[in-house]
Formats: sequence, C-alpha cells, structure tokens
Amino acid sequence: MKPTDISAPDYFHKVVDCQWACPAHTPVPEYIRLIAEGRYSDAYMINWKSNVFPGILGRTCDRPCEPACRRGRVEETPVAICRLKRVAADFKDDIKSRLPRAGANNGKRIAIIGGGPASLTVARDLAPLGYHCAVFDQDPKAGGMMRSQIPKFRLPDSVIDEETDYILNLGIEFKGGHRIDSLKKLMSENFDAIFVGSGAPRGRELDIPGREEAASHIHIGIDWLSSVSFGHTDKIGKRVIVLGGGNTAMDCCRTARRLGGEDVKVIVRSGFEEMKASPWEKEDAMHEDIPILNFMVPTAFVHNNGKLTGVTFQKVKAEYDANGKRSLVPSGEADETINCDDVLVAVGQENAFPWIERDCGIEFDKWNMPKVDPKTMGSTHPKVFFGGDAAFGPKNIIWAVAHGHDAALSIHRLISGEDVQERPLPQVHVSSQKMGIHEWSYDNDISDDKRFKVPHRDKVIALKDIRTEVELGYDVKLALGEAQRCLNCDVQTVFSTSLCIECDACVDICPMDCITFTENGDEADLRKRLKAPSQHADQDLYVSSDLKTGRVMVKDEDVCLHCGLCAERCPTGAWDMQKYLIDMTQAGKSCPTKARSAA
Amino acid sequence: MTYLAKPKFHHPGLTKNRLGYTHRDYEGKISTLCAGCGHDSITASIIEACYELSIEPHRVAKISGIGCSSKTPDYFLGNSHGFNSVHGRMPSVLTGANLANRDLIYLGVSGDGDSASIGFGQFAHSIRRGVNMTYIVENNGVYGLTKGQFSATADRGSKSKKGVTNTDNAVDLVAIALQLGASFVARSFSGDKTQLVPLIAAAIEHKGAAFIDVISPCIAFNNHAGSTKSFDYVREHNDAVNRLDVLTGREPISVDYAPGTVQVVEQHDGSKIALRKIDADYDAHDRVGALAFLQKHAAKGQIVTGLLYVDPDSEDLHSHLNTIEQPLNRLEADVLCPGSAALDKINASFR
Repeated sequence: MKPTDISAPDYFHKVVDCQWACPAHTPVPEYIRLIAEGRYSDAYMINWKSNVFPGILGRTCDRPCEPACRRGRVEETPVAICRLKRVAADFKDDIKSRLPRAGANNGKRIAIIGGGPASLTVARDLAPLGYHCAVFDQDPKAGGMMRSQIPKFRLPDSVIDEETDYILNLGIEFKGGHRIDSLKKLMSENFDAIFVGSGAPRGRELDIPGREEAASHIHIGIDWLSSVSFGHTDKIGKRVIVLGGGNTAMDCCRTARRLGGEDVKVIVRSGFEEMKASPWEKEDAMHEDIPILNFMVPTAFVHNNGKLTGVTFQKVKAEYDANGKRSLVPSGEADETINCDDVLVAVGQENAFPWIERDCGIEFDKWNMPKVDPKTMGSTHPKVFFGGDAAFGPKNIIWAVAHGHDAALSIHRLISGEDVQERPLPQVHVSSQKMGIHEWSYDNDISDDKRFKVPHRDKVIALKDIRTEVELGYDVKLALGEAQRCLNCDVQTVFSTSLCIECDACVDICPMDCITFTENGDEADLRKRLKAPSQHADQDLYVSSDLKTGRVMVKDEDVCLHCGLCAERCPTGAWDMQKYLIDMTQAGKSCPTKARSAA
Repeated sequence: MTYLAKPKFHHPGLTKNRLGYTHRDYEGKISTLCAGCGHDSITASIIEACYELSIEPHRVAKISGIGCSSKTPDYFLGNSHGFNSVHGRMPSVLTGANLANRDLIYLGVSGDGDSASIGFGQFAHSIRRGVNMTYIVENNGVYGLTKGQFSATADRGSKSKKGVTNTDNAVDLVAIALQLGASFVARSFSGDKTQLVPLIAAAIEHKGAAFIDVISPCIAFNNHAGSTKSFDYVREHNDAVNRLDVLTGREPISVDYAPGTVQVVEQHDGSKIALRKIDADYDAHDRVGALAFLQKHAAKGQIVTGLLYVDPDSEDLHSHLNTIEQPLNRLEADVLCPGSAALDKINASFR
C-alpha cells in the first residue's frame, strides 16, 4: 500500500466515526470533553454552530452518530452522544451574548418557505451576513414539524421557543400563518434567492375497504399529531390501533395513551426487527404498555353503519429470494379482526408540491420530486434551492440542518458572484496534545463503565399529562460518567517514520493490537497479516513509508482506544497524539483553498 | 514508563488458546521500565510463548534477582507464582524451588549484571547441575539502573554513551553455558519476536537447563553509535544460524519463514521443534562445533543467534539425584517420616 496521506482532510475525519456519520459533522468528542469539564455553555456553542438546535436534537435526534461510535465496536453500547448534547443545553448559562447579531443590511432579500429546521438553518447562516430573510410558514409559530409533529412529552415547547428565538432574533422576518400557494407569485416579488424547506407534509393514505365509510374514526398520523400539538384534539377512544412501524407511529401510540387510550396497540406489516422506528423509541412505547404486533397486514376497516368497530388483518410471513430481497407472503393462518374505537394511520409521509407551477423553471423527476443537486441543494432554477424533507423525501432533523448549511453556502456564493459548484475546503486544525513526558491535555484513561441510563419520570405521572416530559435528562454526575466513556477519537495517533527506531514498544503496549510492523503488500494481503485482523474492512489502515528495516508500520484504525499508550511508550516521539478539529465550511467563512500540510 | 493501567478492553477478534485464554490473559502489571526498553519486548515474547503453549498460569514459577530485567516478571503472567530474590541469587532460589516441587515450570529471569557479575557463580552452578528451567538473560551490556556503566557483557572496544571506550573483555554467557553442559542454548534479539517467541516456547518444553541470552537494547544508555548492543548494530551484525517452529501437535507456532532445510528435533515430552537451517554448515547438535563457530564469528564482530545447541536426550537434576517424583508439599507424614525402623536401616548402611 502507498503511505497514508494524513494531510487529506477526510482521513482523520473518518477516524472520528461519530463526527463523520453526523450529517452536520458536529465535533462530538470536542463537546463531550467540554461537558466533562463542566463547560456546558462552550459545549452548547460548539453544537449550536454545527447543528443549530442542540436542545431539540438532544431529545429527538435520529443519532446516526451512535451506531457509528467506536465504543460500540469495543464493548456492547456506544456513548450516549445524543443525551449528552441535551446535557449541554440543560446546564448552560445564558448564552445570548455569544450569539451572532444580524449583519449590516447588504440589500439582498431571501424568501424561505417553511419554518422548520432546514429553513431556520438557512436563515441563521445568512442573517449574520446581512441578508434579509423572510420566513413563510402556514403555522403561527416557527419550528415546522419539530413543533407540530413531535409530541410535547418528548420535546417541550419551551425548548423549541428558545432555540427558534435565537434564530428569529437575528432580524428574521417571520410570517406565521402565511401559506405560500404559488411559487410563481413569490418569484415575481424579486427575491434574490428562494429556499424551499416545506417538508413532507402529506401522510400516506391506506386505501382498503371501509376507509371512506368509517372515516370519522380513522386519522392520518401526522395530521392528528399536529392537531394534538395545536390543541385542536384532546381525546381519543379507549381502544386504539396504530398502523405503521416508524417513529411517527411511536409518537402516535404514546400520544394516544395520554389522551384516553387505555388499550393501544401498534400493528406492523413487517417483522419487529425491520421496523423503521429507532430501537429506543420502540422501547419507550413498550414501556408504556403498548404491545407491538408484527407480520399483520391490514385488509379492511370493519364498521357498523359507518361507526368503526375494528380492523381485519391478514397474517403474513417473510420470505427471502436468492438476492436476499424480502417479500411478505400469507402464512396461511386465519385472518384476525381486532376491535377498536379509533385507528391512527402512520404508514409513511409524502411530498406534495401543488403550489409549485410546473412551468416556473423547476424540473421534476418521474416521482414528482424536484431535481435537486445533493451537493449544492440547487434546483434546476438557478435561484431556487431545496432542503430538508422537501428535497429528497422524509429524513430527519439533522439531515435538514445539513441541507440548510449547504443551501445557505450556495445562496451566499450565488449572490456573491462565485461558482456555486465550487465548495471551499473545510478548515482543519491539528495540534499536539503533549504536555509532559506522560501528560496529555486530554484524559486518556479509559473508563470501563457501561452506558448510563437516562432517568425517566414515573410512568403513572408521565401518562397523566401530555405536556409532561418523560425523559428527565442526565444529572451532572451521570453526565460526567457518560462523558468519560467517550474514547476521544479526535485525538489522533500521528506517526513519524523518520523518528521510528522499530523498538516494538508501541506494538507491545497497544491494548487493542492495532499496530503491526511488517513487509508491505496490497491491502487485502496486509489485512491478513495484521496482529489482530479486523472485521471491519471499511475502517482504514494507516500505513507508513518504508522504515530502516524495509518494513512498514501498519495501524488498523478500527478499534483504537486513543489511549495514547503508544505515544507514552515511544522513546523517540515517533508517535504523537494530535487533536484534529475540522471546521466545516458554512456560509460566510473565508474560504481556505489549501489543505493543511502533513503533521 | 506509564502511570495508567493498561485498558481492559481488547480486540474483539482475538483468538483464544486451548484453555480459552487470549494473550491478554497472560499479561501482568503495566511495565514501569523506560519507554522503548528491549525488556518489554521480551516480556511480550514470554506472554506470547505461554499463550501459544496454552500454559496454565498457576503452573509457572517466575523467579528473578535484581535489576531492570529482574523487575519484568511483574509485567507478565500476573496469575503465576513469583519470587523476586536477592541480587544474583535467582539460580539458588530457583534450584531450591525446583527440588521441592518439580511439577512447576521454572522461568528464571535475569540480566547481565545479575548473571555475569554478582551472580556469575550462581549462574554457573545452576547450569552445571542441569536444573530443569528456562533461564533467560535480558542482556543490554550496561547497568541501566545506575545510569549506564559498562556491564560484564559489554564488548571490548565498544563505547559508552559518554564516549568512553570499554577496555575489559566481555563475558560470553552463551559460550559459558555451552561449556558447563547446558542442554539447550540459544541467543536471540528483543527486536526479532519471530525468532524469540519459538525459542522461548521450545526452551519451556525442554527438560534440563535451557539458557537463552537475549540481546535487549537499553534505549536510555546503550543505543548509540559505538555500542554493540544497539538496535542498529544488532540488526546489522545479526547472523542467524537457524529459525525454528515449535510443534505441539497443533498449529505450528510460526510459519512465516522461507522454506529451507528442515530438521525435526523431538524433545523428551514428545513436543517437536522444526529447525530451519539458514547456515547450511551449522549443526545444532554439536557442542564443540558450536563453541568454535561462536568464537570465529565473534572475532569477525558478528552476533550469532538462533538455537545454537540442543540435546534431545537431556536429563535434569532430579534424574541425577534420583529424587521422588512427587512434590514435597504433597507427601504425607508417613512418607516424610517413615519411622525408626527405616532410620535404623539407613544408619546400618553407614556402618
């Protein structure tokens, strides 16, 4: 293999698995260290810069970081990254003075359609640069689906208000209750750019017999949740069936439990394991005495002269073809009718753009979705950009934020007369953490603790009031314990070939057998000859140039604990622990074009 | 030196030996030696050899004297018996322990000061008697604990870190072990684990006095130009006569050598060593030839490594003395004290 080019910004970024997996590339280990130090405000600001909604995401994020967390490859469970983010939000001081201010007006006007996470991210990135941002939303308050679809017992209004206000206070013009019905009309108002962050607002229908007749007790999940959020709905029947296996279904069933539902069931077509809902959301639902029944396909709504009495299901089983593709086939068991008073349908969400005229310069694909460049978030109209669920269909908040950053950068480059396609490189800082012979500026002792559970409110109390938050969040002591579990993957092992005397000290001390000195070869061959071959070929090998004996140093990044023992044991300083901090390019950044030089 | 405990986590793909242990289970406390010390690599090699032989840790007694090398038994086999004895007195303590309980595996760990100076006589007598043991000298040619004076194994003409030339002749422990009748004699280098690990494994399996001299560079005081025990010097002057694999009826311990002439040596316990000759003229069963070979190459400044001599039909002190098979601590009172009739019989034999 060729020597690894550690000056490429992506190389070390990939080693920080959590940050690499985060769509907004939040510097996770950096803020976790600050939490361990009790510097909650600093930890919050790092988050705020990257992901804009730390308090909201600390309660609701889909956490792509956690399955990626290296800790999960070393022991059973990853670090509770998401809930540590909430800690930063919960324990911070007043940070208002640290927020940016609206920039001096540059005379440019941006229209932003929808007031959800993608739109607010665009506004936050552009307002400090002097843009005038007008945000249009059909609802009276900002937040989009974060406010309308996520139940208050998971995400209190106060948290949404706080974090949307931080953005709206940047001089944003928020036009609540203002629905955009025609893009053409908006275009005629001569905005310098338009951002569409209108979400995926339509719940998918379930067209089976009885749907129309029993309509008064069959509700579309997201519409029903939104109606509950705004106080229009405050009760439901005693026996409720929720159809669907995603996170919306989980929110529906738990909400139903709080509005009078005593016998609430979730019923899914697929198997329990393949459900789209996050494992922790399924756990929370089951904890509230909600059974999840699987492999049951709804075939009819049963009603008595229009009054819903139940749902009939066909029992199915999963079969896999030669390519591993699954299909659900009848199991041969008798159909089952389950009685109920209400049904909540949460079988998916769809985009809908009836308000975008098809001749306004925006091309749509065969699925009736706008053609959007995933790099720039631009549509086929040079001045119109998309983001969040409106761009590529339903995803989640953190993806919406990432889209928002990219779109804001594009808009800023467009209006500054720069090439939108050219994306400035992120800024990377690498600095040695050595303080003394065996002292590092980070805590390199590895904690053996298992993941700490987040305390929950007592179930009896929690189920009484729909606005009572269920999760209490970590206290300071639990947060410290959980923060110590982080392996500091951003503190990189950096190897200098010229200093190495091949004494094997690093090989002997490495607790994870990551380091091998051997003859060079191609990657497949080298991987076989590692001291402890890895099961994860997607994790990179760090290969040195030729050493004095003609061998090379190969370090498998897979399960490195970043404990720094290799560097402590190295007599010549050939290993050093260097902190890698990557500053993703956002709108308004001076644009570094040169990659950093090799360490 | 490190102040942290080594993390308990280990690589999820680590293989386990016959007993279900990973090599991490054969570790001891974390080393407090200087960063880069060759001794730590010897420690790692002992761990690897014991892991590969699936040795039960409680069947090992590790005994040492005083010095950097003699600290190392603390760093491996944390669940084994250990005795850190007086300076240079490891061989007598080991001999005594071995006589009392021949069922344990004896690992004597010593250094050049401990064995070639203050304990020179002790070393000689334990070898001469054929005590069943693995005697490892971690040889760096300097007194590291007292800041780098020449030891008795420092070569004449080699230079200290301060630039002083050594005017005394060196003790060659390998030559002396050969002369005193050791039935397994080897030399190796801490920087070459592919050679060292099988040598340690074969020595452990050997019945009789097995001696291994391991050149182990002292990073702090003896790894400079002018030293003959530095990483660079040893790598440049290393003349390996053979490579070996230890076969224990399972997978061979090491298989990454180029094919060559292979000679299988069967030891008393049925274990086999596959010797791959590198120097076609070298015969590992010829004690006299080995001595001549060593001196010839030493005169040329070369360091001969590998399994230099092995006697497959070796015997140990217990067979010479015709001692009882059972360890003394397992003998019942009636055997230990057979009564006055037996005493009368013995007394009568002297009349």
